[in-house]
Amino acid sequence: MLKMSSAKKTLLEPLISNNPIALQILGICSALAVTSSMRIAFVMCIALTIVCAFSNLFVSIIRNHIPNSIRIIVQMTIIASLVILVDQVLKAIAYDTSKQLSVFVGLIITNCIVMGRAEAFAMKNPPAASFLDGVGNGLGYSLVLMLVAFLREFFGAGSVWGHQVLTPSTEGGWYVVNGLMLMPPSAFFLIGFIIWGLRVWKKDQVEKKEFTISNNSRSEGAL
Amino acid sequence: MDHYLSLLASSIFIDNIALSLFLGMCTFIALSKKINAALGLGLAVIVVQTVTVPANNILLNYFIGEGALGWIGLPDVDLSFLMYLCFIGVIAAMVQVLEMVLDKYVPVLYGALGVFLPLITVNCAILGGSLLMAERGYNFSESIVYGFGSGVSWALAIAVLAGVREKLKYSDIPEGLQGLGIVFITVGLISMGFMSFGGIAL
Repeated sequence: MLKMSSAKKTLLEPLISNNPIALQILGICSALAVTSSMRIAFVMCIALTIVCAFSNLFVSIIRNHIPNSIRIIVQMTIIASLVILVDQVLKAIAYDTSKQLSVFVGLIITNCIVMGRAEAFAMKNPPAASFLDGVGNGLGYSLVLMLVAFLREFFGAGSVWGHQVLTPSTEGGWYVVNGLMLMPPSAFFLIGFIIWGLRVWKKDQVEKKEFTISNNSRSEGAL
Repeated sequence: MDHYLSLLASSIFIDNIALSLFLGMCTFIALSKKINAALGLGLAVIVVQTVTVPANNILLNYFIGEGALGWIGLPDVDLSFLMYLCFIGVIAAMVQVLEMVLDKYVPVLYGALGVFLPLITVNCAILGGSLLMAERGYNFSESIVYGFGSGVSWALAIAVLAGVREKLKYSDIPEGLQGLGIVFITVGLISMGFMSFGGIAL
């Protein structure tokens, strides 16, 4: 049976110290595309966490029976079937949101978090630990996604979760909305800054420089 | 003809699959360190995209779409919920076949694309291209143009980013921003540049 401490570690490590988006460069596509409003981002987070947890669980259950040469196809089939389930459920209970997410629910199939964790963790570990790892990585992804979505919606539309918090100047309030925040590039900037902040806090995540800039040897020339 | 030209131009510049739809980001960021690798991967994406989008279009229109099975007397069958599974299967199979064909007949191209081809299966730009084709309801000839155009747009974007990153490695970047952080901000700036194409009406 799983030890309590290692279970906790498996679950919580992907949140900050081994975050899938900020450190492992996984699952970035959807992190950028669905973050213009919090509600949509939240649905995406739930969908991804469910798929990631269960694909890890199922891959791990049959991991000893999968021939090595066709493992990618087997993993893909499991993941694609789970995504179909999620998509059908979403269409049944939240049709408008599923329309707004458009192709991005389908793209969970090729989301590298799901594939990456199935390949890197679930193929080597027992089902319970894999399930927790899937939930943990899903939550790590959700954490970044919700933070980006909050910042984009708050500054871009002056609202939080669809409720108007700051009245925009177009409706007689004082807040001039920052249109850039609703545009695609702002997501890149925000994630860039989140990574910067995280690495200032957790020094061990800093990447090494390829070249170091030497000090100016002729200081009079610099002025 | 005009229609196809404007579809091509809009899929390359306005609807750039990497910079305005954010597809294929993981490989986009992870493999754009060297310009040669980026060009190779870009070429592989163009080839695979041009083949898989029309192939999926045929699959959708004659087998799994709503009423698509009419030709064997089953007009009421709607298998479109199988779309994801079929598309990813077609992509994986196509990549495999392409790899074998190239290996046998065009060894030079195989040598250049070899290592990148398996990566393409899990590149969301490819699946995304097919899903967007299905969502927008392109016909067969439109899907060829769209497949090619979206492949070119991805290749263009990764080549631009790789070019910038090759210069960027000599610059003095704050410690925490080193690597991944600055790449995100660079991509943001490139993406803003590409947004200026958005004003063009075709």
